[in-house]
Amino acid sequence: MAIQNRDSFLSNLAANLGRPQRRESVSRPEYSVQPQHEVFKDYSAEELIGVLKEHCKVIHTDFVRTDKSDLQATLKRVLDGYEAASIIASNDKRNQEYGLDKAYEEFSKEVDVHIWDASLGKENQVIAERTDVGISFSDITLAESGTVALMTNKDNGRSISLMPKCYVAIIPKETIVPRMTQAAGKIHQDNEKGIAPPSSVCFVTGPSNSADIEMNLIVGVHGPVKVTYIVVD
Amino acid sequence: MSIKISEAPYKERIGKGIDNDFMRQAVSSAQGRFRNGRLTQAEELGNWEDWRQLGEEIRSHTLENIDYYLYQLSEEVEKRGGNVFFAETAEEANTYIENVVKKKNAKKVVKTKSMVTEEIGLNKTLEEIGAEVVESDLGEWILQLDEDPPSHIVTPALHKNRQQIKNTFQDKKGYDKSDTPEELASFAREQLRQDFLTADVGITGCNFAIAESGSVTLVTNEGNAEMVTSLPDTQISVMGMERLVPTWEDMEVLVSLLTRAAVGQKLTSYITTITGTRLEEEIDGPDDYHLVIVDNGRSKILGTEFQSALHCIRCAACINVCPVYRHVGGHAYNSIYPGPIGAVLTPLLDGYEDHKELPYASSLCAACTEACPVKIPLHEQLIRHREIIVEEEKKSPASEKIMMKGFAQWASNPAAYKLSTKVARSALKPWTKEEYVENGPGPLKGWTDVRDFPAPGKQSFRSWWNKRQKGGEA
Repeated sequence: MAIQNRDSFLSNLAANLGRPQRRESVSRPEYSVQPQHEVFKDYSAEELIGVLKEHCKVIHTDFVRTDKSDLQATLKRVLDGYEAASIIASNDKRNQEYGLDKAYEEFSKEVDVHIWDASLGKENQVIAERTDVGISFSDITLAESGTVALMTNKDNGRSISLMPKCYVAIIPKETIVPRMTQAAGKIHQDNEKGIAPPSSVCFVTGPSNSADIEMNLIVGVHGPVKVTYIVVD
Repeated sequence: MSIKISEAPYKERIGKGIDNDFMRQAVSSAQGRFRNGRLTQAEELGNWEDWRQLGEEIRSHTLENIDYYLYQLSEEVEKRGGNVFFAETAEEANTYIENVVKKKNAKKVVKTKSMVTEEIGLNKTLEEIGAEVVESDLGEWILQLDEDPPSHIVTPALHKNRQQIKNTFQDKKGYDKSDTPEELASFAREQLRQDFLTADVGITGCNFAIAESGSVTLVTNEGNAEMVTSLPDTQISVMGMERLVPTWEDMEVLVSLLTRAAVGQKLTSYITTITGTRLEEEIDGPDDYHLVIVDNGRSKILGTEFQSALHCIRCAACINVCPVYRHVGGHAYNSIYPGPIGAVLTPLLDGYEDHKELPYASSLCAACTEACPVKIPLHEQLIRHREIIVEEEKKSPASEKIMMKGFAQWASNPAAYKLSTKVARSALKPWTKEEYVENGPGPLKGWTDVRDFPAPGKQSFRSWWNKRQKGGEA
């Protein structure tokens, strides 16, 4: 029984609302205001990168900009800065396009490299837990809040951005949009077209943090303690 | 725990709050920071009133059609391999969850912060069947170790200082480091990491369920919700039935309002949106997923003049501006939902009988209404509560009834009135200090416990008037 108690529950709600139960023909009204579409409207790609870079300061995140040809060297510097002895990365199709497959091969001469491998099952989580740095691509990047939207799939586990102490997001320049409005809009439109959302869409904004002890900001609680964004032209 | 957090009477709870200097200082400074954060964000957007308007329209439309959207939500969750249980009462919700946990033979359950699971008393139910329940939000974990209820819906351990937290960690977990927040948090990270990895079941709350795709959105900063939804193979999300939006587009607007109004952030570190079970060949995420939709008194509010109270998105902006909360703190409300929204919601969910003082825990200054990101007319609803209590329920607080009754008798008898205004000054002399009554007797006590009362004048207005008429000195 996948759905239980629904009929009595919903008919009670309809009764309290003083009308018959609604099962169809409800559509969202045209809302009287839509301020979300005004934010950074007409900003150029360069201006949005400027917004993202600026906001990284607020969210305790290092911002680096490079191009495809220099990505390997840039990533190496970031990993050295984190004194990484081990890395875990998604098995992303874009690895090849961005030369990361070769980079990881090169890095593996000095550090432990694990590329997410669905056939290994839970072993991936065990590896992620003891690894220093996780690396994956941002699918949609929100300039306003400095957020990377991570859509997980069998080659890109949630653990990569979550379990290691440090996380590096590779941000293709064309993934940058003004704010969450555009990301949610895309997922909504896909859903209307019959493309259901991934099992997890995680909007990650910098390192984990907490203000639960005397309202002091503590950076790095359960998720990563340090985060770098690498924007790639 | 249920919605009520103690059996102590209202005045005693208030007294405790007012005497707790650290708590009052902490609340006052937290309020200031939260409020500034919200105002800065609102100013930056420039058209905050439009955002509030949009938020209100989304919430109104959703609640007006809640049966339609809950139906759609449950259909979509099922399509994604999940189970949905509609629970009319707390008991039904607890029993269902208990059965899932039993069936899995689960020893350890790890949780994200969730007000609705506090409300239904879920932890107690699970502990009674022998499961270890671990709260993974740092504030909730501190309170769980110390067996203390939350005092704020966003920062639940606001009333505790670092020394107290250090002592709790020492006593309960053998902690041996300093009381700096960083070291305390790093200890929690180590301890809880093991719990995440070994838990059989993960339980989350729900900030917004998205009807169109059967998704559940969790708004957090610590990363614990990611852990709870990624690692255990069984996951249960528990939602108050009104924590619902039609689409991703609506979710996005409300999340933008929530994070700004709650903590002054553009987005929190994690907005986690999960849909059903993990897909084929995926490793993280549950293979058994349950969504429990809880009524527990909410449906009684539908179709009434209080319906908009169900629009609440639990940001605590009203709490953060409330001058009464500032002085008495969260525990004085005797509800897991404190502050103005708590004073509105608690009597609706749990009846007036135990909570008739709450609508009076307000100065009706309307700061709450102005702060609310979805425009709930909180102070007007508090006034309505008072009217209902006085007119219909005849349950106004006993002290008020006695005072009012006494006042009526006394004021309607000219001789008694004249006499008492004459003797009031000397009668109150033992309690008077520098023209203020500080610790008054009888009916005055309720007032002077929390503030001073000016000492009665040397002469009454009537005798002053009479003298003046006769040409004497005024």
